Amino acid sequence: MSNKEITLPFNKEEVAELKAGDYVYITGTIYSARDAAHKRMYEAIKDAENGDSSIIDCNGAQLYEKGILPFDITGNTIYYLGPTPAKEGQVIGSAGPTTSTRMDKYTPLILDKGLTGMIGKGKRSKDVVEAIIRNKAVYFAAVGGAGALLSKCIKESEVIAYDDLGTEAIRKMMVENFPAIVVIDSEGNNLYETAVEDYLRSNNRAL
Amino acid sequence: MRTIYTQEIIDNVKEMCIEANIHLSKDMEKAVRESVSTEDSPLGKQILNQLCENLDIAAADSIPICQDTGMAVFFVNVGQDVHIEGMSISDAINEGVRLGYTEGYLRKSVVRDPLLRENTKDNTPAIIHYDIVPGDKIEITIAPKGFGSENMSRVFMLKPADGEEGVKNAVLTAVKEAGPNACPPVFVGVGLGGDFELAALLAKKALTRKAGTHSEHEHIARIEKELLEAINSTGIGPGGLGGRTTALAVNIETYATHIAGMPLAVNMCCHVNRHVTRVI
Repeated sequence: MSNKEITLPFNKEEVAELKAGDYVYITGTIYSARDAAHKRMYEAIKDAENGDSSIIDCNGAQLYEKGILPFDITGNTIYYLGPTPAKEGQVIGSAGPTTSTRMDKYTPLILDKGLTGMIGKGKRSKDVVEAIIRNKAVYFAAVGGAGALLSKCIKESEVIAYDDLGTEAIRKMMVENFPAIVVIDSEGNNLYETAVEDYLRSNNRAL
Repeated sequence: MRTIYTQEIIDNVKEMCIEANIHLSKDMEKAVRESVSTEDSPLGKQILNQLCENLDIAAADSIPICQDTGMAVFFVNVGQDVHIEGMSISDAINEGVRLGYTEGYLRKSVVRDPLLRENTKDNTPAIIHYDIVPGDKIEITIAPKGFGSENMSRVFMLKPADGEEGVKNAVLTAVKEAGPNACPPVFVGVGLGGDFELAALLAKKALTRKAGTHSEHEHIARIEKELLEAINSTGIGPGGLGGRTTALAVNIETYATHIAGMPLAVNMCCHVNRHVTRVI
């Protein structure tokens, strides 16, 4: 485990250097999206592909140019977040991660279109892990239930799409030294699978 | 007969929604803070320290401990000598929730229809469980429930022959399957006995028990302690990233059951085990 500072959006070389178990501090631009926003983005791509087969080969930038996706996902990072409302003078309310597992149905397609990073908490499906490897992407966990603490790392926040979804709208956010842990790296190493075994092994040795 | 006006219920419920989401009760906060000293994984300790710091920031800045401010779940004990005047008691509780969640800057996390999924925009309706009890007071407990952990809850229709071993295996299965998803360290609420729906209700009620206390039944208290030890030997740890502190408590509530069955429900709750009780 090593501590790293990373700046977003990514370039692919930086992603390859991140290893499961790394503790990272993230600075840069991230986007919030959770259940309803993922469903909407996924369906927008699928509907467009059904209407025009040339869309199938479009990458994230082209999907954005055509107005199919609300931002260019290429090289970017989505934070699975639905914050509490900001009070006057606050950038954002409580802002911790939601469970990533629920996004698994939509994630492989979004990764295939260029998304590079995901921040959430909890397990991912086999399909998502394969898509992470295929696209050289990375999955981070933030500490679940630490929404007040994490909100302090969010310096700017603006709803840029799907405003009607309320807390589930897509926000463009500027974060500084946002703490997270690499759980699944671009080679598919999975900290959730190894950390528990490693802990038990080292604990037995200590005994 | 004592008259209680629904405005008093509305005002209290509004305040309780906000209080519950910003401050953990002293016993729950103590359970979280004390876990730091017994955690032997460095990363686990770091995560637990972040959770303590998170509680400090929430209290200092009056912002919710967790962004999932939950569905508003209520346990209401209505004294049978109370006369309620104004609107219906359920309408009053829902009005309190509406005011608490909108004026308190809490998240609106409720959709009207499970399939159509349109947000109600004020976190109503609440989920309200009533009991009629002796006396001339109303006791209201709010337990805002986040769904990261709720989604990992389970009901097992065990058989009498499964016995104590079956109970323990089922609870351990639920905790292991939940893994990192339920935001460990968790509180594990268990309902044992009754029937299908009562087991689940008891499991939720078990979560509102004061942290650090055990069942009044000796054999159940023993199972609670043994299960906590077993859960904290799984290695899941804080955040599911390895460590000792997987659960902070196992609380089991029981009820009589049928000769043919042994229903068991496990209601998972993350470390943000929120509840506030007031008596009117």
